[in-house]
Amino acid sequence: MTSALTISGLDCFYGEVQVLHGLDLDLRKGEVLCLLGRNGAGKTTTLKAIMGLVPARSGSIVLGDRDLTKLAAHDVPKAGIAYVPQGRRLFAEMTVAENIEIGLMTRNKGSQTRESVLALFPLLRDRLRQRSGTLSGGEQQMLAMARALCLEPEVLLLDEPTEGLMPSMIAKIRETVAKLRERGVSTILVEQRVDAVLSVADRVSFIENGRNRETVGVETLRGDPAFVQRYVGVG
Amino acid sequence: MSFGPHLLLATLEGLVTSAVLALTALGLSLVFGVMRVVNVAHGEFFMLGAVLAWWIASLATGHPAIGFLLALVVSPLIVGAIALVAERLVLRRLDYNPEATIVATIGMLYIIQQLALTFYGPEARPVEAPFSYRILFPWFGYSGYKLSVIAFSAILLLATWFVLTRTRIGLVMRATQYDRETAQAFGIPVGRVYAGVFAMGAMLAAIAAVLIVPIQQAHYLMGLDPLLLSFIVVIIGGLGSLRGTVVAAVLIGLSDGIISVFFSPTLAKIIATMIVAMVLVFRPQGLFGTAAR
Ligand SMILES: Nc1ncnc2c1ncn2[C@@H]1O[C@H](COP(=O)(O)OP(=O)(O)O)[C@@H](O)[C@H]1O
Ligand SMILES: [Mg+2]
Repeated sequence: MTSALTISGLDCFYGEVQVLHGLDLDLRKGEVLCLLGRNGAGKTTTLKAIMGLVPARSGSIVLGDRDLTKLAAHDVPKAGIAYVPQGRRLFAEMTVAENIEIGLMTRNKGSQTRESVLALFPLLRDRLRQRSGTLSGGEQQMLAMARALCLEPEVLLLDEPTEGLMPSMIAKIRETVAKLRERGVSTILVEQRVDAVLSVADRVSFIENGRNRETVGVETLRGDPAFVQRYVGVG
Repeated sequence: MSFGPHLLLATLEGLVTSAVLALTALGLSLVFGVMRVVNVAHGEFFMLGAVLAWWIASLATGHPAIGFLLALVVSPLIVGAIALVAERLVLRRLDYNPEATIVATIGMLYIIQQLALTFYGPEARPVEAPFSYRILFPWFGYSGYKLSVIAFSAILLLATWFVLTRTRIGLVMRATQYDRETAQAFGIPVGRVYAGVFAMGAMLAAIAAVLIVPIQQAHYLMGLDPLLLSFIVVIIGGLGSLRGTVVAAVLIGLSDGIISVFFSPTLAKIIATMIVAMVLVFRPQGLFGTAAR
């Protein structure tokens, strides 16, 4: 199977502190790859490195035939990667419509994209004039995903999208990820709990201390709970 | 003159001050709001605007309006270009670090001031108003030019508001202001936005200065007062709030005009400073600012 995104030997630092140590990761075309790992393992940093928000000191991140580490941060999304940050990071003072507009502007998408994104999240359509900071947690997560999907991305990065949400909202998010998978979007999904991903992921990479310890298919995990214990501890 | 007309005169004078102050403070507020840079050199961009206006007007011949209008266009452009260079050469290299940029802009303040002293000299020089028409009220005549300054500032403030809230440029600026990192993840080149905002802030100060030189002469030390008053306005109004900036500028300008006319300019300054102290104690985010989260 061909790769959508390949990370090799990635080293990242915050100041003098090294957080990623030669991390390797391979995202295949059309799959949902889940990153599992404890708090502080380096999952968020990996996504930020892909987006160019944390500089790579060495290693490469290849999308198609381009090395993203050579691009300015604001050119990475234009290459077709959309990012839903941990904690959503909406432009809280702006309206729902303005947040969506910023997503559309990234790759010069128009009303057709806007309509198809709003069709995925019909709830947002009734809230277009509302300040996004006043939406409920679940609605904010939907908007964060809608804003990202306005790029019509080839690769989607989702950082703990179900964090702090009600079960019904979690189901809705999962459903959306599955729908996007059908459309051929390659997704990296970061979660802390394995039960949150078994139903949507194709493969799981276990991140520990800034390294990718092992990547396995979900069937393997379903058959062997001990796997998860080893890297993520209880739960 | 009886009380009523006297009050009208004081109010008009106050509004002229408000108008120029609102433009200057808006520049300071935009730069802080979007870039988190406290630009101590802001008053020097104002001074440069005035000094360049004199120079440009002195080159033009014919009707005074020609020189003035030329200055109104060219002087802010030159000041904007200088600000752009300063941003690229200094602020960007400091990675917009809040403390370092304060020290750096203090340095810019002295450099610009000394350059002005060297090339322009210590004299105060006026620029002739573009027209000398006087509006005749029943009690006194009033400079038509001063009224046009109020109108022009109001139009410019409205235009800025329109750009910030109704255009893509404004959307990009606000996104950068709220969350620099996420803005980049949506293709916004925040470095270029910063450069543009810094230039725009300086240009607003320069425009204000060109408007004021027919009323108050150009001088190399004239930047200090607008800087202090802009800080006062921005603290009272709330950093980054356009509405707050305008309301606070009108408040400070009017109270300055009225109290100066009826009592003394010193009392006006005392009261302005007291308002700042009260705001800092009871509402540190300013009248219209939102509290930091
Ligand atoms: N902005 C930052 N500055 C310094 N250290 C950071 C920063 N962000 C994260 N870290 C550190 O980097 C490590 C990895 O963090 P992160 O990637 O957020 O982990 P995860 O998302 O897996 O919980 C942690 O030890 C964290 O403390
Ligand atoms: Mg994280």
